[in-house]
Amino acid sequence: MSKKILVLGATSGIAEATCRIWATQGASLFLVARNAEKLVAVAADLKTRGAAYVDFAVADLDDTAQHPSLLTHAINSLGGMDIAYLAHGVLGDQTAGEQSFPAAEQILHTNFVSPVSLLTWLANYCVQRKSGVLAVISSVAGDRGRKSNYLYGSSKAGLSAFLGGLRNRVDREGVTVLTIKPGPVRTPMTAHMPGAEKMADVNAVAAIIVKAIEKRVDVLYVPFQWGPIMGIIQHIPESIFKKLNL
Amino acid sequence: MPPTEARSDAKTGTPTPASRPTGPLTSAFESWGRYPRYQAHIVPMHWQSEFPANIVGLHNGVLPVGMGRSYGDSCLLKDGNLVLTTGMNRLISFDPNTGILTAEAGITLAQILDFAVPRGFFLPVSPGTKYVTLGGAIANDIHGKNHHVAGTFGSHVTQFELVRSDGSKRLCSPTSDPDWYAATIGGLGLTGLITWASLRMRPIVSRMMDVEYTHFHGVDEFLSLTKLNADSTYTVSWVDVTSTGRNFARGIFMSGEHSTVPGELKPSPEPKLFFPFEAPGFALNKFSVAAFNTAFFHKQMQPYKELVQDYEPYFYPLDAVLHWNRMYGKAGLLQFQYAIPWEHAREGTIEILREVAKSGLASFLAVLKVFGDIPSPGLLSFPQPGITLALDFPIKERLTFPLIERLADMTREFGGRLYPAKDAAMTAAQFQHFYPQWEQLARFRDPVITSSFWERVTGERPAL
Repeated sequence: MSKKILVLGATSGIAEATCRIWATQGASLFLVARNAEKLVAVAADLKTRGAAYVDFAVADLDDTAQHPSLLTHAINSLGGMDIAYLAHGVLGDQTAGEQSFPAAEQILHTNFVSPVSLLTWLANYCVQRKSGVLAVISSVAGDRGRKSNYLYGSSKAGLSAFLGGLRNRVDREGVTVLTIKPGPVRTPMTAHMPGAEKMADVNAVAAIIVKAIEKRVDVLYVPFQWGPIMGIIQHIPESIFKKLNL
Repeated sequence: MPPTEARSDAKTGTPTPASRPTGPLTSAFESWGRYPRYQAHIVPMHWQSEFPANIVGLHNGVLPVGMGRSYGDSCLLKDGNLVLTTGMNRLISFDPNTGILTAEAGITLAQILDFAVPRGFFLPVSPGTKYVTLGGAIANDIHGKNHHVAGTFGSHVTQFELVRSDGSKRLCSPTSDPDWYAATIGGLGLTGLITWASLRMRPIVSRMMDVEYTHFHGVDEFLSLTKLNADSTYTVSWVDVTSTGRNFARGIFMSGEHSTVPGELKPSPEPKLFFPFEAPGFALNKFSVAAFNTAFFHKQMQPYKELVQDYEPYFYPLDAVLHWNRMYGKAGLLQFQYAIPWEHAREGTIEILREVAKSGLASFLAVLKVFGDIPSPGLLSFPQPGITLALDFPIKERLTFPLIERLADMTREFGGRLYPAKDAAMTAAQFQHFYPQWEQLARFRDPVITSSFWERVTGERPAL
């Protein structure tokens, strides 16, 4: 039976790499992203790689009012849903956000408010059917606020906290919530950053995510070493941490 | 974008907005020979639609690049902008009835094999590494062990799209814009950006290869083995270029066929070995390389051996060790590959092998092959009927460059030519003699695109 997977933010680097693995396995995929041209390119690739079915919708996921109709349409197109994979998000401009609240709010809206809206609907859908996996990309940046990217970090911290609570509520209903916390990964989002060539390979990260979903893991640090690294960073006393340049 | 702005971005770690696409000047992009080394801005590309918007406002020229497996400076642009296409690597379509695969140009041959082999298809022409992009394979009109029966890579490219820096697009094929098709195949990336291409794959029933290894001594034995194996699909020889006297030009002739016994068509595993550091400069010298060559020759005790082996070690023995070029140390390596037409192929090869052996400069990846007479579709394609020899040399000051220059002059005397993808040393006069058609290619060159190689051998500068 072909897995039915809804992918939100499907043209992001990590999402696309993950979808390539699912396509090779013969999954059915419904893709959502803002840019039609990119969606067409990704859909053709996944179809060629062996996806049983590929459909897509162009949508701006910041527009939360459209979420219920978009999700209904996607699930109708797939004829059900086994996995929802939320991969949309922005790195945002930390400097701009420090100076102007609208820029900060934009980051929080895209990375936190929008997934909360989608997950509220999707969790209720899954609870009704007593099944499903909600796999959501958060970030190690949400484990502790740092001056270089605390707006992005706080949006992901909120998302991680929300997912923890949601898991606590729906796990007993047969629904899996997976919090994915990638370290820096080489993708279009990070390609311009210094040291991009040393970041984790997106295909390796995607393979780990696919396995974690199959095994119904709760929280995934990827690559794995980011678990202990963040464990240490979280335990640095605030009196010292506040003086560091991170 | 002014470089000062890029540097401030690097310092603060602040993400660059999409409208400012380049990073700081960096020497992170190296050619495979790691000589020369130049700084450039890298413009990572992930979507076909990004070009040419992603080069608007850039200065000092632009060059589309892929995996950086060209050895010299044909994939470099000093202080310019390298449009890195490897993120643009999607499949577009595949028809198992015709074997035609269409994909974005930044896909690597390794990625194509991962997709195609489990479906019973293989590359029509394969170079000695699978870590090159489709676009790079076209831009250098690469060749493989089956050149004598299949011609160059470009012969199997049915069509591609070429986008110019002014945004105009051309569908290029032998019948549609054929002059642009010919200029772009082997065109060193200078005619525009190849966004996607269609490639005619060949069917296989197994990953395995039926291989024969035969010892030879001297160029004449090599030529008679070549004649004897004219019907073999893949032929290539390793030759010992350090030995003199009785062992002069000894080597191993290797011929291979795709196995016709159906076998499991699983994808390849990831390579696990890599060369972790730069070897010290003295590690490769005439004694260590001579010892390697003797050991390699005698590893095969009997003069003739048959075996069945997987296509990975057969086609890509060096890919098993990632970053093997670091073995040559900090100074890097120089490659040298000629194609000498039949008229002087035998004597030229003997003379050049003598000169190399006499020099005592170590080369252990010496590859000897006969090119067939299937015409290359590219205007500036390298292969021509006759003998080709590829050598690599560690860079030793005062020794390597004079030797390479002598070998280039000899190549010219014997009517041959050198391979731009493997060159970091030929002079403008040599290049223009080897490729008199270069002025034709210059007319197809995109005004903002150039490479350090092209500037070196033509003196042309970018218009931007």
